[in-house]
Order: sequence, then structure tokens, then C-alpha cells
Amino acid sequence: MLRYVARRVLNMVPLLFGVSLVSFLVIQLSPGDFLAEIRLNPVVSGDTVEQMRRNFGLDQPLHIQYLKWLWSILRFDFGYSFAYQVPVGWLIGTRLLNTLILNLAALVIAWTLAVPIGIRAATRQYSWSDNSLSMAAYLGISTPTFFSGLLLLFFAFRTGWLPIGGMTSLDHELLPAGARVLDVARHLIIPATVLGVGAAAGLMRQMRGNLLEVLRQDYVRTAKAKGLAERPVIYKHAVRNAINPLITIFGFEIGGLLSGSAILENVVGWPGLGQLILESVIRKDLYVVMASLMLGSVTLVLGNLIADILLAVADPRIRYD
Amino acid sequence: MALAWQQLRKHRVAMVGGAILVILYTLALFADFIAPYSLDWSDRGHFYHPPIMPRFIDAAGHVSLRPFVYETTLADPALRIYTIDARKQHHLRFFVRGEPYRLLWILPSNIHLFGVDPPGRIFLMGTDQFGRDLFSRILFGARVSLIIGILVVGITIPIGMVFGGIAGYYGGRIDNVMMRLVEVIIAFPGFYLLLTLSAVLPQNMGCTTRFYMIVVILSFIGWAGFSRLIRGFVLSLKEREFVLAAKAMGLDDLRIILKHVLPNTSSLAIVVATLAIPGAILGESGLSFLGFGVREPCASWGNLLSAGANLINLGRSPWLLIPGFFIVLAVVAYNFLGDGMRDAFDPRLRTG
Repeated sequence: MLRYVARRVLNMVPLLFGVSLVSFLVIQLSPGDFLAEIRLNPVVSGDTVEQMRRNFGLDQPLHIQYLKWLWSILRFDFGYSFAYQVPVGWLIGTRLLNTLILNLAALVIAWTLAVPIGIRAATRQYSWSDNSLSMAAYLGISTPTFFSGLLLLFFAFRTGWLPIGGMTSLDHELLPAGARVLDVARHLIIPATVLGVGAAAGLMRQMRGNLLEVLRQDYVRTAKAKGLAERPVIYKHAVRNAINPLITIFGFEIGGLLSGSAILENVVGWPGLGQLILESVIRKDLYVVMASLMLGSVTLVLGNLIADILLAVADPRIRYD
Repeated sequence: MALAWQQLRKHRVAMVGGAILVILYTLALFADFIAPYSLDWSDRGHFYHPPIMPRFIDAAGHVSLRPFVYETTLADPALRIYTIDARKQHHLRFFVRGEPYRLLWILPSNIHLFGVDPPGRIFLMGTDQFGRDLFSRILFGARVSLIIGILVVGITIPIGMVFGGIAGYYGGRIDNVMMRLVEVIIAFPGFYLLLTLSAVLPQNMGCTTRFYMIVVILSFIGWAGFSRLIRGFVLSLKEREFVLAAKAMGLDDLRIILKHVLPNTSSLAIVVATLAIPGAILGESGLSFLGFGVREPCASWGNLLSAGANLINLGRSPWLLIPGFFIVLAVVAYNFLGDGMRDAFDPRLRTG
């Protein structure tokens, strides 16, 4: 098992090379660079633009730029953001935390909603509650997050119960520590609910399907025939087995912790990684985009690895060489 | 195949989904005819106008069998308040002469399903900031949003099948190299890659060119995952007797892959397709909403929603959210249909 993990981690290295190369190429594909706008400005002289080009290292041939970038990555120096003039690592770090808070909250909401509801729907199959929950789940997976985000924002705008977008209120800095946490939590409600309920819908369908399949199995019938009450049968035996495939999904969701909320952050104005990458892509802020893409890919690949490990841990039938 | 079709028809929910889709696609196909106004027609005097529904009872309380609308005038441009002029009624007429267009892109015509004589207006779903009728734009936007899914899947499935089929059939080094490439593409978070690729497109592309490029980009994201699925399936298929028999008969590899192995993956492909189409629809609307996908003056449902992104506008003009409900409707219908197809083609994959 350890050898399998080590092999996977080693495989990640060429994979990440490939990812970095593709990100670099994709950015270079777009016409113009970061200085394109400044060049159009008649006030700024050509010499200044050339000087800026040299400063940013944009005048080097492409492969030199790529190799230099790669070399500094290996020393954990992600370069400077052209737009913000701060180290990219620092810029991404702050935004990373915000995105993590949002996605973790959504994860918690999704799982605490999906598992009980899925169990309930499966144990009362074809009843009124099962049908209505399934219908709600269909709606949940079909609604784009930006649309439900807009709807909730509209609702908040009309009723004034919840803050509209952003992560902090205007007087956030002046509040005492406890109130600051509450402030962020209030702003967290709408985006986390949108993401969490959307994810819960898909998870609930899976849970319900898995549990239904498990309940049809012979060992469940045996347990009931032996005289076990309904509850221990369901919770002690059936659910434990039904949850197995969901563990893999959990691993994938860990992989999506950084990138899953990209659109929603832009709609709601949550200052996270998704908003940063959108801005940087528009402005062709080269190093920020590449670092974000690399970060997103690393997280995704690690998430896949965790999913496979969790599956092996949970299911003794699965053995890796 | 016929057996699966029969089983599909018994699945009520899937039939409902299919019916909804047929209606939506018909609306999109005949959008020029059904919409009272054309795609870029605008009435600058009636911007952000609330929806106008035909009435049957006029101000004095008389019931009229012919539905009619009242004329409205802009009373307050800042607050966007319109006053109704109860003296001027315009009856709703069917098969009116309006903007010229080409029915099904061939027959020139200028007859629209319904309309009112100018200066009366029939804005069934209100107007946007330029005074363009939202209902008409939704119908034209349906063309883009609904076709994208089919085009993307139409490109992804063949490419993924061939790629995955070759990788799975040959195994060994070829398989290794091909899957490495696929893994690099899969390693990218989908939305980030979509965003970056669409931002790469030059600004001054025409509407249609941009549309085709979005299709290409969406397909680029999709084929990798699909080819991995097919490859896994082919790996297990290639040990079966019919493949050994084909080899013994002396068929060359390509023919075996294309004519014998891949058709057996078709049930998997169909199931994946019905799930991929709504994914493509959602992806395209997300991109267009952010301004990276289909752009003005072309309409797509995501595009139309972006007009409602500004909360102040949205607060005063909530009808701007209506295109979103169309997106939900189309995706729900595809999901219904997809579940039904899954149950019909592979009972092992049932979600209950």
C-alpha cells in the first residue's frame, strides 16, 4: 500500500511538469501581454514600456521565460504579480484561506444534509417524501450555482435579512474579535448554502441509490429474518456499506476544494481564489494565473490520491499492489 | 437497441423530460416565427419595461373576448416607472406581419405568430436596458444554449471513443503514453481551464466564430475524461471471445477496434452523452454569464442572465432572471431523460 502511494506521488512529478507547460502555453496563446493596455496609452512613452518589459522579463524568448519560471517554482518562489506588485505566493495565500473557508463550510453543509436525507429517501422508497426529495434533488443538480446565487442575493436584497455579497462588512476592522467571526459567518451563509445545497443534491441521489441497492442484498434479508429491528439493520449494516462509494466522492471533493467555487465567488463577490483568477486572466497577469492553475491541479491530483487511499482503507476487498 | 427503447418509453419521468426537450427545441428552431420581435430589435423608449400580459378585462370592467394590451409611456426615466394609457388599446393579433426573416434559414418570410400593431408593444417577459424584448431574445438564445450541448457531445464522443479505444486495445506503452496525455488534461480544474482558454480568444471575433470556438474549448475539456472511461471498458472487452475470433480471422487491428470493440461501448457512450450535454449547457451558460462565452449582440441564456448580475438593476427588474429558469428547465429535462436512458440501457447503474 505504501509502495502504491509512493508510486502515485512520484507519478505526480511529470504530471505537474506537463500541467505547468500546458498552462504556460495557454497563456502565451492569447494575443498581447500584460503591457498591451499600457502600450495603447499615448501618455506613456515607448521607452518606459520597453523598460517595464525588461523588468517583468517579458522580453526573453518563450522557453527562457518558462525555464526561469520553473526554476523559481522549485524554490517556492512563484514570481510577482504584475498588477498588484506583490509576491504571488502572498497574494494567493490570503485568497486561498477565504476559498477554503467557503468550500469547507459548503462541504459540511452538503454532507450533513445529504446523508440523512438520502437514508430517509431510501428507506421510504416511492413514498411522498421520497418523491418530493428526489424531485428537489433533480432541481438541485440542475440549477447552475451562479443562478441560485443570484436568486438568493435577490432575496437578500429584497428582504434585507442577510448581507449581500462580500466577505466582511464595512466596519469589520472595528468590531471585537468575536463579532468579527460572526460577521464573516453571516456573509458566509448565502454562498455556502448555494454550494452546499447544490452538492448535497447530487450526494443525496448517490446515497439513496447506494442504500437502495444494499437493502436489496441477501445479508440484509438474513439480518431481518434473524429478528434484528429495523434500525440496527439500516444503520449498523446497510449504511456502512452504502457509504463506501461516497468516500471516493469525498476524496474528489477534497480535490475540488479550491476550484469548485470559482463562478460563485465572482457572482457573490467573495474574495477568494476564483475571483483572483478571473481578474488575472482578464489582465493577463501571467504568474498569478500560472500559480493558480498549478495550485488547482495539485489539489485536484492530491484529492484523487486521497480518494483512492480512502477507498482502500474503507473497503478491504480493494488491494493495491 | 429496440428493447432499450421500449423500456425507455415505460419510464414516465424520462418521457416527460423528452417532451419538454422537444418543446424547447421546437421553440428554438422556429424562434424567428414565434418571437414577436427580432434578435436586435430595440425600443429605446421602453427600457427595463416590466412584462406586459394580454388582458381580457379593460379599465371600465368590460370583458372583451379578444385579448389586448395597453400602450405605456415612460413617466420617470430615473425610477423607470411606466404609466398605462387606458384609452389606447391594441388588440393581440395572430400571424401578423413583422420583421423579415428566413424561416428555417431558407424561406424568406415576415409573418410572426403573434404581435400587436405599433406603437403598442407586447413584451411578454419585459425588456432589458436597451429596450430589447426579453421573450424574443430568450427564444433566440435557446438556439445557442441548446445546440451547444449536442455539438460538444457530437465532437467529444467520437474523439474520446477512438482515442480510448486505441489506448485500451493496444495496451502497454501506447496506452501509457496516451493516458499520460489524458491525465495532464484531467488534472486541470475544469472551470479554471475553461476560463483561461476562453480568455485566450481574441476580442474581435464575430458572433458565430466565437460560438464555434466555445464549442471547441468545451470539447477539449470533455474528451479526456471520456476516453479514460472507454479505455477502461475496452481493456476488459478485448479479452472476450469475439475479439479473439476476429483476430483469428485475420482482421486488421483498426477494423477490429472500429467495427467490433467500439460498438459494444455504445451503451456506456449513450449514458455518458446524456449526462455530458447538461454539463456542456451549464458550462456554456457559466462562461457566457461571466462574459467569456457568447457575447453581445448574440444571445445565449447565460448571456441574458448577466444583465441581471447587477443587484440594483435586478432589484427593480426581477424579470431579468427568467432566462435562468429556462436553463434549469432544459437541464432538468436532460437529467430526467438521462436517468431514464441509464435505466433502460444498463440496469446495474440505476439510481433507484
